[in-house]
Amino acid sequence: MSAPAMGTSKTAHTDSSNKKKKGPGTLAIAYLVIYNVVMTAGWLVIAVGLVRAYLARGSYHGLYYSIEKPLKFFQTGALLEILHCAVGIVPSSVVLTGFQVMSRVFLTWAVTHSVREVQSEDSVLLFVVAWTVTEIIRYSFYTFSLLNHLPYLIKWARYTFFVVLYPMGVAGELLTIYAALPYVQKTGLYSITLPNNYNFSFDYHTFLILVMISYIPLFPQLYFHMIRQRKKVLGHVEEYSKVE
Amino acid sequence: DPHWYPARQSLRLDPKGKPLRDEEILQELPVGTTATFYFRDLGAQISWGTVFLIECIGPLVIYLLFYFRLPLIYAPKYEFTASKHLVVPIACVCHSFHYMKRIVETLFVHRLSHSTMPLRNIFKNCSYHWCFAAWMAYYINHPLYTPPYYGEKQVKAALAIFLFCQLGSFSIHMALRNLKLPSCKIKKIPYPTKNPFTWIFALVSCPNYTYELGSWLGFTLMTQCVPVLFFTVVGFIQMTVWAKGKHRSYLKEFKEYPTLRSPILPFIL
Repeated sequence: MSAPAMGTSKTAHTDSSNKKKKGPGTLAIAYLVIYNVVMTAGWLVIAVGLVRAYLARGSYHGLYYSIEKPLKFFQTGALLEILHCAVGIVPSSVVLTGFQVMSRVFLTWAVTHSVREVQSEDSVLLFVVAWTVTEIIRYSFYTFSLLNHLPYLIKWARYTFFVVLYPMGVAGELLTIYAALPYVQKTGLYSITLPNNYNFSFDYHTFLILVMISYIPLFPQLYFHMIRQRKKVLGHVEEYSKVE
Repeated sequence: DPHWYPARQSLRLDPKGKPLRDEEILQELPVGTTATFYFRDLGAQISWGTVFLIECIGPLVIYLLFYFRLPLIYAPKYEFTASKHLVVPIACVCHSFHYMKRIVETLFVHRLSHSTMPLRNIFKNCSYHWCFAAWMAYYINHPLYTPPYYGEKQVKAALAIFLFCQLGSFSIHMALRNLKLPSCKIKKIPYPTKNPFTWIFALVSCPNYTYELGSWLGFTLMTQCVPVLFFTVVGFIQMTVWAKGKHRSYLKEFKEYPTLRSPILPFIL
């Protein structure tokens, strides 16, 4: 989905920097700062790459190819975030983070990379842009939070941009999977048929359809969770201004 | 019928404390002349026995639907046909025997300590068993099923393992039953008895889970089917969690608990 971990680690992150809980040690914090800075830079590279390619070609078409490698590298790198939760230096749920990162990695490798024919679709650009903007904001949010100097602008951006970016990303993802369906069916990609020695079968085409269906219950839940988080996090400011 | 029947009442002395056990007596509680209890509604409850029964009847019936190749499962030309492989009816007998044994044990052997569980759990438990049963049965009884690589030798060895472990499992359940007398709720440490299948108590706290794992490994070997392997692995993970919990509570309850014992696998886990 296009806005991973937005609902999970944010309050926990601000909590771990404000409260003296048994959180990460100084070495862990240093590592996390480096990690988040590198990720912010990586997604900035992708953003710049997209803009440059657009200006050079003069059209939105086929921009995926210009940022294919950094996209794969940095999106796959996000797998480390599961490790961070497992080890305990980030106070988020391993399962939730795992789910969110895996869904991104799935779209990057098992759909976009694997089905070459969809790479020139405009829907790919839709989710790549959504992911890029989201991740730049998210990783800079974490970086500043860890350093205890979070500019309100970043906090505001993180809890506001998703309103548009999340549905945009979901639309891009669904359209891309949908575009991949006929090619998967035709080539039998990643599918196993009977008979075989292990008495097992798997139809990737059906699997992709089930993945698309799973967005229906999942997306609204995540979206409205973020909306509630927004009220909670950004709501405080309105109270203070009323007091004045 | 009262709405909050006893099984769904949870009473505690401290709102954040542990719930009081059924057998606790008012006079023995740390309260003065007046006592304050905190009540929580546990939601609709269902007895463990009932859940076990429904959980087991499902797979029993579902597997047979696939075995007899009822319509709408496989292609129409295969309706009500039989497999030409000997291992297929053997697997059906084993699977059915396993669940019939569990039903008999639930009705006559087990003395279940917790009387009820939340009604919600029945959906979770049943969908797990029923869906896996359907998934396994679909492949084993499929017209394109491939019998084990090493043929008859493999099937015979697997069948032997399966039967051995089923006997073992039954022996353990009987031994555990004889530990608990219906009247008193005193817990006792299980020890090996004259029955050789119970000698494993010397090395393992929860041999019922060990034998269950063994049975399903036998079934996996017999059918050489990935979904069965998957079911075995998932079941093993869950049973290991339960075995570790039980082992820990034995250690806490009894200071003289034998140190040689492991939760589920001798010396390993």
